Formats: sequence, structure tokens, C-alpha cells
Amino acid sequence: MEPQDRVRVQLTVNGSEVSRLVEARRTLADFLRDDLGLRGTHTGCEQGVCGACTVLVDGVAMRSCLTFAAQLDGAAVQTVEGLAGDGDLTPLQEAFRRRHALQCGYCTPGFLMTATEFLRENPSPSEQEIRTALSGQICRCTGYENIVQAVREAAGTLQADQRRQA
Amino acid sequence: MKPASFRYAAARSVTEAVDLLSEHSDAAKLLAGGQSLVPMMNLRLSRPEILIDLNRIPQKDGIYVERGALRVEMLARQRSAERSELVRANLPILAEAISQIGHSQIRSRGTLVGSCCHADPSAEIPAVLAAVDGSVRLEGSQGLRDVPSQDFFLGFFQTALAPDEVATDLVFPLPPAGTGASFLEFARRHGDFAIVGVAALVTLGSDGSIARAALALAGVGPACVRASQAEAFLTGKRAEPTAFAEGARLASQEIEPQSDVQASEGYRRELARTLVERALATAAARAVREVA
Ligand SMILES: Cc1cc2nc3c(=O)[nH]c(=O)nc-3n(C[C@H](O)[C@H](O)[C@H](O)COP(=O)(O)OP(=O)(O)OC[C@H]3O[C@@H](n4cnc5c(N)ncnc54)[C@H](O)[C@@H]3O)c2cc1C
Ligand code: FES
Ligand code: FES
Repeated sequence: MEPQDRVRVQLTVNGSEVSRLVEARRTLADFLRDDLGLRGTHTGCEQGVCGACTVLVDGVAMRSCLTFAAQLDGAAVQTVEGLAGDGDLTPLQEAFRRRHALQCGYCTPGFLMTATEFLRENPSPSEQEIRTALSGQICRCTGYENIVQAVREAAGTLQADQRRQA
Repeated sequence: MKPASFRYAAARSVTEAVDLLSEHSDAAKLLAGGQSLVPMMNLRLSRPEILIDLNRIPQKDGIYVERGALRVEMLARQRSAERSELVRANLPILAEAISQIGHSQIRSRGTLVGSCCHADPSAEIPAVLAAVDGSVRLEGSQGLRDVPSQDFFLGFFQTALAPDEVATDLVFPLPPAGTGASFLEFARRHGDFAIVGVAALVTLGSDGSIARAALALAGVGPACVRASQAEAFLTGKRAEPTAFAEGARLASQEIEPQSDVQASEGYRRELARTLVERALATAAARAVREVA
């Protein structure tokens, strides 16, 4: 195969078919934001550290700043826009709102995508497991406590704990 | 920042990747998980003209136990190995080491082979490979070769890979029965690169003395190193705290750490001493459980 400047990719993004000719150097983050207008995926560091750009590719949480769109032919990508289907927030999003788990909101899409994958794999996590799972996401506003509480609430572990203590 | 322009090719086989490398030699780079290469490209520290994507090569993501060794293929992700029952049952120190690499969203893409080819001096996987006397299998236009870890890791981000070679497998020989192992590291925050990391293996003889000890350290020099003087001292000693303390002291003296922004030379030595002592104690305790 000859190396190409531009690559044709066909993939699904939040369930919709997308076909585009992309520049080889286009990261998935920029593809989502600038080519598809999905600005919910944020970029902070563009070196894998901050986690703001985290999306799900074939159900797996990864950094969209470290993946090229050209690599994703045939993939299914889910972004924060794809969480609330018909405008109904997911239980996780609802818990973020109720628990004040965001202030400026810059980090929130990354936290939501990471926690969405995490709760799917581990529906009743301990607080320590939640903290470890979120350790790759940086938030400069909240001090993390409310984010951890929100994930616990979404997992139902918070209610269960409160019931046990009552 | 954004990467400089490049041309992209998805190799469909190892042979095709080798052909592309031979054809474009210095201008081309291989892309595996991208968790080290892409940050460097985004920072423009690396500007390959051609990127050869390995991710589309079929059936190269397996993990096998065969002929007394664990073999990890080039597209096996760090997270799959960390969770693999085969790894946890046969070489638990590898899973323990991987769990300390970055974060799960990095390990979901990053490969074990890519980590060894990148050869960061503080990386966990090369230290485990070195501790078990493992090797890296390479395929190039001249054919196949197996390179033992001590000949593979040459220095800061330097390996024995030739410009037209692809690393296809890591081979970790399984430690003998009666072996316990432990991987410990210290980083300022969970998920950061280790300032110092230690892989320790202790094999106990039937009389309870140390039949064999292996110590590999990360973050204390240009490449991961074995503490061979400490290993020699420990061999034949009773597995008890005084021996671990003396072994740790020797290890901290034979290494040649450098000062950098993360830590001074002296701090790294002290960290190495503490971590080696703890890792030996844990490995020996696990070996006792193994023997029992
Ligand atoms: C936020 C963050 C934190 C991290 N923390 C750690 C950490 O604590 N410890 C740690 O060890 N690592 C850490 N990493 C790096 C991570 O482990 C990488 O996955 C790994 O170093 C490289 O593997 P890769 O598959 O991503 O390779 P890539 O980034 O794709 O490639 C790395 C290099 O290896 C070469 N290469 C890859 N595969 C092959 C092959 N099969 N044959 C020949 N050459 C090849 C590439 O050409 C490139 O030069 C971190 C990364 C990030 C972004
Ligand atoms: S922008 Fe991708 S991790 Fe920071
Ligand atoms: S809410 Fe502002 S960075 Fe997290």
C-alpha cells in the first residue's frame, strides 16, 4: 500500500454513519470538533495527560488527541453528545448535575466518557476503585470530591451505603 | 500542538510493514498504540514523513504460554495483559507492573511491545522483561532474530532495533516453581512515570534459603539495569530482613542514577534502597506462599 496524504474513512459517530476524506495528521479530537462540529470533546494538553478529550472507540475509553481519524475506518465512536439520546440525561449525567460535579465544565466530557465505560465494566465499584478510574482525568475547579460522589451516586453505591448507615 | 504533516499507510502484515520500512527507511516510523509516539509528534519532537500503522495487522494481539515462557504479540494492549487470566496466573508481576503505567485510557491503546521499543528508562515493562531474562523477537528484511533484553535496551530511548525491523513479540521466560515476585515504584502522583521502579524475583530452595534473586531497576540510568552485585550477595542467604536490607544497600550503590528535574541522584539512590528492600520482602513472602 502506498502512503497517503489523505485517507478515506467511513465510521459511525454517535450512531450516525460518517464518510470523510481526512488529512492523515488529523487527530480524532480535531476531526470531531472541526470536521463534524461536535465541540463537546475538549482538548487541553494534546499529549494524553489531561483527559479532557477522552471518547469511546468501539466502547473503549481512549484519548482522541492521541488517535488519528485516519485509523478509524469501520470504528464506532461515542462522544459526550451521544450520551443523552433524546435529551434525557443518563443517570451519570443526572448525578453530575445533582451533585454539582462540574463548575466550568471543561473537564466534564472526559470525566463522563471515562465514568460511562467504567460503570459499564464495574457497576458497583468501591470509592477507591472510582478514584483510581478517574485518576487519568484532570479537573482544575471542583477538587474532585463532588465528581467522585456523582459517580458513586450513579453507581447506586452511595444510596446503598446511606441505606446501610440509616 | 498538532503534528506536522505526514503520509499514512496501514500495513496489513508484518512483511508489508518491513517492506515499507525498507523502502522509506529514515523517513518512516511505526505506529502501535500511539501513546508515546503521538504525544511526541504533537509536540513536534518527532516528525516522521510517513507513518506505518501496525494496528490493522490481523491476529497479532495474542498472549500465549508456550515452551515455559509467556509470549506477548505486538498488538496486545497493556490493559488486556493486565486483565489476562493467563498473565495473572503465570507471571503476576507483569500485571502488577502494568497496573502502574499511566491510566486505563492509556493502557487501553498502549502495547507492551511499543513500550519496549520506546525504551523510556523509567518504563515498567522493560524492567520486568529484564528481570526474567526475557527477549524481544524482531523481524526485518534480513529475517528473524531474538534479542535478549540486556542487548536490546541500549540507552535513553535507544534499542537494538534496526531501521527496517519490526518487533513482533516479547518473550518472558516463566520463573521456576518456588518463585515470588514484586513490582514496586514511586511516582509523585498515581499514573505518573516512576521516579524509581523495581522488579524483584526471589526463588526459595527447599531449605528456605534464597536459591536465586533477580533485581531490575527502572529510572536509575539510561536504560533499565540489573543489580547483579546485590543478586550475587543474596544467593544462598536466608530469606530474612537483614539480607534484604544488605541486598538493598548494595543495589543502591551499584546503580548510577542521574540528577534531573524529577529527583536528585542521591534521592534516587535512597528511593532505590527503600523500594528494593520492600520488594525483596514482598517477593520472598509470596515465594513462601508459593512453596507452601
Ligand atoms: C499520560 C501518559 C502516561 C504514561 N505513563 C506511562 C508510565 O507510567 N509508564 C510507561 O512505561 N509508559 C507510560 N506511558 C507510555 C505508554 O506506556 C505507551 O503506550 C508506550 O510507551 C508505547 O507503546 P505504544 O504501543 O503506545 O507505542 P507507540 O507510541 O505507537 O510507539 C512508541 C515507539 O515504539 C515504536 N514501535 C512501536 N511498536 C513497534 C514495533 N512493533 N516494532 C518496532 N517499533 C515499534 C514506534 O515507532 C515508536 O517509536 C504513558 C503515556 C501517556 C500518554
Ligand atoms: S487533550 Fe487529550 S489528554 Fe489532554
Ligand atoms: S469543572 Fe472546571 S476543570 Fe473541571
